[in-house]
Formats: sequence, C-alpha cells, structure tokens
Amino acid sequence: MHHDAVLAETIGIRGHGDDEIEAYTARPMDGTPRGGMIVIHHMPGYDAATKEITRRFATMGHHAICPNLYTREAPGADPDDAAAAARAQGGVPDERFVGDAAGAARWLRSLPTSNGRVGAIGFCSGGRQAVLAGIAVDVQAAVDCYGAFVVGTPPEGFPLQVSPLADRIPDLQAPLLGLFGNEDSYPSPDQVDELEKLLQEHGKTYEFHRYDDAGHAFFAVDRPSYRPAAAVDGWQRIAGFLARHLEA
Amino acid sequence: MCTYSTEKLDLARSSGKGADGWFPLQTATVYYDHPVHAPDPHTVNIDFLNPERGPGARVAVELSLDSARELLAALQVTVERAAEH
Repeated sequence: MHHDAVLAETIGIRGHGDDEIEAYTARPMDGTPRGGMIVIHHMPGYDAATKEITRRFATMGHHAICPNLYTREAPGADPDDAAAAARAQGGVPDERFVGDAAGAARWLRSLPTSNGRVGAIGFCSGGRQAVLAGIAVDVQAAVDCYGAFVVGTPPEGFPLQVSPLADRIPDLQAPLLGLFGNEDSYPSPDQVDELEKLLQEHGKTYEFHRYDDAGHAFFAVDRPSYRPAAAVDGWQRIAGFLARHLEA
Repeated sequence: MCTYSTEKLDLARSSGKGADGWFPLQTATVYYDHPVHAPDPHTVNIDFLNPERGPGARVAVELSLDSARELLAALQVTVERAAEH
C-alpha cells in the first residue's frame, strides 16, 4: 500500500530582517525527494482555508509552507483580528513580503527531502504577491490566482502599500500560471489581457486559463463565489504545471 | 474582487465592547471586501480598533451592501438630530 502519511504543523522560520515568523507547513513523510510550495495567504489572513490549501499541496506530493505574513502586527492573534490589524497599518510592504517568501524558500530547500525546486502560489492579494515572488525570489514556478493590481492602477488615495508590478515584468524569472474568472473586476479581463501582452512582449514562459461563469475567488469552497467547474479544472492545471516545473 | 479599498479614521471619546468588555476606541477602518462570516461575496466591513491594546481589541461588523446603506441613512438622521440637542 502507498505510504501517504503527511505531517502538518506550525513552526517558526526566519523571514525578512531575520525576524522569526510563524508558518504552517505540511509535508509528505515518505522520504522521496520533491519540490516545495510557498502558499501565500489572501488579505483576510492566515486562516483555516489557507491552511487547508497548504495540506492539499502535501497530499499532491509537494512540501508546502504558508508563512503568516501578519506575524509582526499580530503575533498569536485570531486570523481575522490579525488581518484587521494589518489592514489598519497599511498592509504588508512588498519588501517585507519578499524577505518572508525568501525565508520560506530557504526553509523548503533545507529539508533533507528537498529536490531544490520551489514554487509560489497565491490567491487574491496573494496572487499579486506570487507574481512578485516570481520576480524577486528564487522560485521555479509561480501561480497567480486572480491577483489584482499586477497591472492597472489602484484608486487615488489608496491607503495600502500596493503598487502595480507591470514595470517589473521584464524581471520575472519563473514560469507563470495564471487562473482568472471572466466575471472578475479585480483583475478585469482587460487587465488579464494587459498582463498577457506584457508577458508575450518580454518572452516570458506563461500559461493562462480564464473561466466563464466565474468571478473572483472561484476556488474558495466556503464562499458563494465558489465555482466547482472552474476550481476543478484550475486544480488540474496547477497539478500539471507543478509536475512540469517542480518535479520534472 | 479583492478591492484593498480602505478608509481609515481616528476616533475620539468613543468606546466599544469586545470579547474582553469595554475599551476606548482609537481608529476605525471601513472597507468593501471579503467577509469572514457574512454570506455575501463582499460586504461593507467596519473594524473599530484600539491598536495599543492589541489585535484582539476589536469590534467588527460585516454588512451587506443594503444593510450598509440603511446604516448610513440611520447615522445621517441620528447625527442631524443630535445637532439640534
């Protein structure tokens, strides 16, 4: 019988500025060398749904780690309180995210069963951060699930520390998988077109899939935005993309 | 949509009741984004906070857009009436 034990636990890792940050990890226990995934939580925080996704990657055959990007604002707090505290302080600065993601990548590569390859996936605001990881962190695969403001301009008076990444697309070094709903406004289909055009202009390796009858957050099983057909196909696309770029 | 859209305001001489009882409020954030609990994809969310007391010092509401409009109207009427007192 196939040995499919998975260990899931909360640990401390070193992130930006060598700070210790909380992270949730799940990893297969069968001793086979494998790649690792950084799971980037959405703006509502390091929550039960994101931890479930982290465990899912372990069952798919990858090491996985989800750093709590709000550790500094709200150590030990409930995820929703932590998200509210982080929002009130302007959100996560990009530089700090990059340092935390780099720390997560280091941790994944330090595992005795690491094959040295690491990917990043993010949902919502985490989708934009997954693209940022593909630009600024040593990762071999990036998966952007409906991230807003990769291109496009945030509204005037915007209080959060988010800026578009369009001018940094030339520096994207990881293959990018993008999964989008055609009924989404952030990012809109036009913005997805704009990002695709930039990727083509700069000769980047990418794969986009866009779903009708799906808007934002179509992967979120506990929200009314859930769209089973898009989510099922999306997970298959993710599995195929990671098989090619992390485990080949 | 993940709007990120957030209005932030300072609060003075105001209090809220959270899990640990009453506490003075310092700030509020108002935003239209995914709720944690309410059954709509997006809601108008208000967090009343006291950052000095930590992330748990928070009174939170998630309002459907219709309910938020009703609240806005009620606040308008109440504040106008208060000015006459």
